Amino acid sequence: MSKLGIIISKEYLTRVKNKKFIITTLLTPLGFLVFFVVIFLLMSNESDKKYRVTISDQSKINLTLPSDSKKFSFIKSDAPMDSLKAQYQRGETDAILVLPNFAGVDVKNYTAYYYSDKTLDIEMESKLSNYLDNSLRNYKMQLLSIDKTQLEKIDTKISIDPEPVSENITDHSEYTSKVATMLGGAMGYIIFFIIFLYGAGVMRSVTEEKINRIVEVVISSVSPTQLMLGKIIGVGLVGLTQIVIWMILIPVVYLIGISVSGFQVHDIQQIASQMPQDQLNKAEEIQFVIRELMNLNWLKILSVFIIYFLGGFFIYSAMFAAIGAAIGDDVNDSQSLTMFVSIPILLGMYAMFSCIREPDSSLATFGSLFPLWSPIIMPAMIPFDVPWWQLLLSIVILFLFAYFIIFLAGRIFRTGILLYGKKATAKELFKWMFVKQ
Amino acid sequence: MKYLLNLDRVHKEYTNLIAVNQISFKVPESCIFGLLGPNGAGKTSLIRIITGITQPDSGTVKFNDQIINSAVNSSIGYMPEERGLYKKMTVGEQLIYLCRLKGLSKADANKSVTHWVEKFEIQSWWNKKIEELSKGMSQKVQFIATIAHNPKLIILDEPFSGLDPINTNLIKDEIIELKNQGASIIFSTHRMEQVEELCEEIVLVNKGKNVLSGPVKEIREKYKENLFQIETDRPINDELNTEWNIVQKLGLSTIIRIKENQSSNQFLSRVINDGLNILSFHEVLPTFNDIFIRTVNEANHE
Repeated sequence: MSKLGIIISKEYLTRVKNKKFIITTLLTPLGFLVFFVVIFLLMSNESDKKYRVTISDQSKINLTLPSDSKKFSFIKSDAPMDSLKAQYQRGETDAILVLPNFAGVDVKNYTAYYYSDKTLDIEMESKLSNYLDNSLRNYKMQLLSIDKTQLEKIDTKISIDPEPVSENITDHSEYTSKVATMLGGAMGYIIFFIIFLYGAGVMRSVTEEKINRIVEVVISSVSPTQLMLGKIIGVGLVGLTQIVIWMILIPVVYLIGISVSGFQVHDIQQIASQMPQDQLNKAEEIQFVIRELMNLNWLKILSVFIIYFLGGFFIYSAMFAAIGAAIGDDVNDSQSLTMFVSIPILLGMYAMFSCIREPDSSLATFGSLFPLWSPIIMPAMIPFDVPWWQLLLSIVILFLFAYFIIFLAGRIFRTGILLYGKKATAKELFKWMFVKQ
Repeated sequence: MKYLLNLDRVHKEYTNLIAVNQISFKVPESCIFGLLGPNGAGKTSLIRIITGITQPDSGTVKFNDQIINSAVNSSIGYMPEERGLYKKMTVGEQLIYLCRLKGLSKADANKSVTHWVEKFEIQSWWNKKIEELSKGMSQKVQFIATIAHNPKLIILDEPFSGLDPINTNLIKDEIIELKNQGASIIFSTHRMEQVEELCEEIVLVNKGKNVLSGPVKEIREKYKENLFQIETDRPINDELNTEWNIVQKLGLSTIIRIKENQSSNQFLSRVINDGLNILSFHEVLPTFNDIFIRTVNEANHE
């Protein structure tokens, strides 16, 4: 095995065999499962308690009672308020809804009063306001002699379906861009996070070796460039391992979660059927989103993700490695130098959020090509069908730039790693990069 | 004599400092060689050039008549003054890793490391992490890391600093054994008594320059001041002072300087004539400490 290979395998194996790595790698998908199950339990949770609501109708329009459900039962009462309150105190009812006088067709705002010592929860609130909304609507229709069936004919549900002009472009539904935005944002964020996490890992490992002086022994055996590359590749492979394990484990855990809980897409429909109208729309939307997610070209998305993870990781971890070599004997020195890395990557992250809102903007095109940003922005843009030429150009620029950065970082690394004492200044770093030592 | 290492007018400058100034010297095969010099003299820069960590601006370093390169590199073992090992790695893994970086195959590295670990009787540490070991223990590990790949040239920078007497002796014996097996050891130190005890040849570096080099015996010979120490059963007669240069008289022990037209035999017969019994008589050679201080001071005043 070449010396580079030996370094890579040492850097890789010591990390992968570490308990912390094993635990985080395995627990993160389990964390997703727990999250999933908790959401499901919350959604399906229904308390056994039944609420009895007494309605004191002073509106003088003789409203029909809302129908009883598993959770609610309603009684009308003409008793005076005092005796109703007494009933409440005796525990014969859980709440009193007072409907004040309803003046007629021109009323735009109508306030009903809910008497209870407990807070009005959202479910109760929506149930009651839905009931009143429907009842008053029906009453107004009567007054205005509007036929209910005619009225229903007036309402039209609008959706705008995007259609391609050219034949070779895939047809999308109106949810495509919403889904793409969500997914793109998530991917960009994940890649930002992983690059930062593992890049900082490379820096820590370089600093550690420099501070405890083992580096002197190591670079009397291998060249500093080999050492730096070995570290970057070794740590990068650790990151890749983690990503690949997650890419496999998360869907597996998801499937297990589905089969254990018995929860399926069409269950949303069932839950939806018990929901009032606006919530029903949301449930429909979730179905569309899921269908849209299934339709995406996951192979392309995941390979782009991995390519940009590697490219971005090489660029940023080489910068991190150079900084790790340039700092002095005090690890805390690194903070001012890490700015050189954290500022471009953070700007890239913010630019990414703006790009996914406007994927056709020139900022988006620039960001997907600019190699300090493209590792974050391109994976975020990929659900929006980036043209092939742009993707290829971006990858070529990314890897050429990575090569260039590794070259420069190598020059800083081999000078800095042997200097002890105070940390290097930005001016010195610049000199190390471009002036022969 | 065959030389293992040959430095020819090696020169290295940094921005505002000449670290190594036209230094030449040769290290013979199977030799313990002292690289001496005050702090900041350029010893570390020189060692880094020899180990191939940095390149000289001019001049050549030849190892077995070959310019230093990565192949030669695996025949060199280097223990820096500031010791360091991977704290989180186990002793065994670490030694094998460092050995493999020197070009040994996994199996050979394993074999050699096992041999040394057994020799130093530290098998029970194999699976321990460095952070669990005491300082003395990790120095043994560091020493093994330096020699486990069977280097022909071993460079030890202050190898005994921080070692207790037992470990010092252990390492010292090991150095002598390695030398007897044919390896050369470059031994950088400030401790002059160790130079006298171990080194056969030295080079003394000051401000980047070679100010003194050669075999230890010759150098002491060169710096000797014709001083002799005599011990007698009674104090020697003060009258001798007129004829002989008595440098120091301390009870029964006297140090004299023999002038050019005198000989030690003349002095001895004079003492015998006085009726004194001679208990011992030997030449006082300058200590390396004296030579070191003298040479460095002279060089600094030039």
